[in-house]
Amino acid sequence: MQKIEAVIQPSKLDAVKDALVEIGVEGMTITEARGHGRQKGHTEFYRGREYSIDLLPKVKLEVVVADAMLDKAILAITTAARTGAIGDGKIFVSKIDEAIRIRNDERGEIAL
Amino acid sequence: MRLSVAKVFLSLLFVLIVGGSVVGGSRVMAQTGASAASTAGISQTDRIAALEKQNADNAVAIAAAQTAGDNAWMLVSAALVLMMSGPGLALFYGGLVRKKNILGTMMQTFAMMAVITVLWAFVTYSLAFGEGNAFIGGLHNVFLKGVGLAPDPKYAATIPLQTFMVYQLMFAIITPALITGAFAERMKFSAMLVFMVLWALFVYSPMAHMVWGKGGLLNASLGGRFPTLDFAGGTVVHVTSGVSALITALYLGKRLGYPKVPMPPHSVVLSFIGACLLWVGWFGFNAGSALSSGTLATSAFVATHFGAAAAAIGWSVAEWIRQGKPSALGAISGCVAGLVAITPAAGFVTPMSALWIGLIAGVGCYFMVVKVKAAFGYDDSLDAFGVHGAGGTMGAILTGIFANSVINPIFGKDNAGNPLPTGVLEGNAHQLLNQSVGVAIAWSLSIVGTLIILFIVDKLVGLRVSEDDEREGLDLSQHGEEGYDWAH
Repeated sequence: MQKIEAVIQPSKLDAVKDALVEIGVEGMTITEARGHGRQKGHTEFYRGREYSIDLLPKVKLEVVVADAMLDKAILAITTAARTGAIGDGKIFVSKIDEAIRIRNDERGEIAL
Repeated sequence: MRLSVAKVFLSLLFVLIVGGSVVGGSRVMAQTGASAASTAGISQTDRIAALEKQNADNAVAIAAAQTAGDNAWMLVSAALVLMMSGPGLALFYGGLVRKKNILGTMMQTFAMMAVITVLWAFVTYSLAFGEGNAFIGGLHNVFLKGVGLAPDPKYAATIPLQTFMVYQLMFAIITPALITGAFAERMKFSAMLVFMVLWALFVYSPMAHMVWGKGGLLNASLGGRFPTLDFAGGTVVHVTSGVSALITALYLGKRLGYPKVPMPPHSVVLSFIGACLLWVGWFGFNAGSALSSGTLATSAFVATHFGAAAAAIGWSVAEWIRQGKPSALGAISGCVAGLVAITPAAGFVTPMSALWIGLIAGVGCYFMVVKVKAAFGYDDSLDAFGVHGAGGTMGAILTGIFANSVINPIFGKDNAGNPLPTGVLEGNAHQLLNQSVGVAIAWSLSIVGTLIILFIVDKLVGLRVSEDDEREGLDLSQHGEEGYDWAH
């Protein structure tokens, strides 16, 4: 099992979600987040005072998939979330040791 | 078409009135004729008496009608001015602070709506508007003794004195509330209450008496020594609150982390709604200051609106040029600055002059807030001084320049029946001195009074919240609640 953590533009959330559902991903967790990569931030002015806002609003999406699904899922996310501009986000993949469904103690990929 | 309908209606009305009096008159003749046919002289005397009585009745009816009209507008105006404090100013200031302080900030204004009202009934109305000397009113009207429904012709001949009293109260409420913008996010609620009560007693009341009270030193319409033109409170409200605000900001010191830690407004949206409510409420503030619903009210209403619009444009353009973008916060701040500056002038100036005053104040206050504040480094957190102190001072001086006797012949007429000039542009250069005296007294009283009061309150209860409380925010530390509950 693999965990995909994708930090994406908030405006791309719906497209990414639909793309994942389409290839058969059944569960996901969404967090409203703030962050920046190479994009850095922007400046805002209030009554002449300059404020540099370096953490921008993002959405963090977490989804755990079976090993066989990994590449399809990554492709779905990159395709749906890409605008080509700086600030599109990043994807991190890590290995998951175990998954347990709380309702009935099912374990492993069947619990996803 | 509509004109001719009106003409027909008026002619009908005329016929009815004339017909009515003829019928009434003939009835009188019939009665007297029955008693003694030969005494035509008595009959004529009776007719004259009847006409005189009718005349008197008409005068009473006309006065009652005018009172009804004026009082309706004045009660609406009083309500509009209260709306400027809550929710207007509370939202305007509330949006500009960080979200942990929104309720604390709103409560400071709301507390004025309650506390200053009670204080007004007890003593401050009497100190401001009661008979007294040139500087402060006496104690004849404490607990509103003698403040009934009959008008006081010296203040406003056509409205109940109680209407005048409650209208003036709304000014006494918003003035201290304006100061709260300077010490936002760091003053103890208890200290704020004590400070404001003392400030209302010893700064606002004397200033209001000097400018508006019977026998006041600066009262232009009731024969003051230095007749200062201040239609709706440029000196009384904005200079006093703005200058006192600067003193409190300097005395309390900066907020923790200022200016290194960014403290942007948490919701310009709330401020936007507040500013728009202020704009509308200001019609009650300025046009209501005519204390009647006649032509002078119209004149003040129009000047107010034009001043606000020009200032919004002035600030926005200055900002657009200097920073590349016209911000929403800039536009609404400009509008408020214009309303402040037009306050003393409304009711004295033409619509075109109002545009100039607004434009000058909009650009001028922008530079006060952006350049001067940054140069001196004081933490006038929400720019109470930059907008009200600076805008009020500019407005008071500009009033002396642009005032016009065509709009308001306040200095009476010469022997030939021509109105005496009021402003500098009309040829009354002396008025600039009068305005400066008014402004200088307002500045001095505010600086000295506020310093003494701050010193006393600091010794008594301490002015600032603890560092921990300031970090936690006024909502939790002062009121035990939060404006925004994100968990539910």
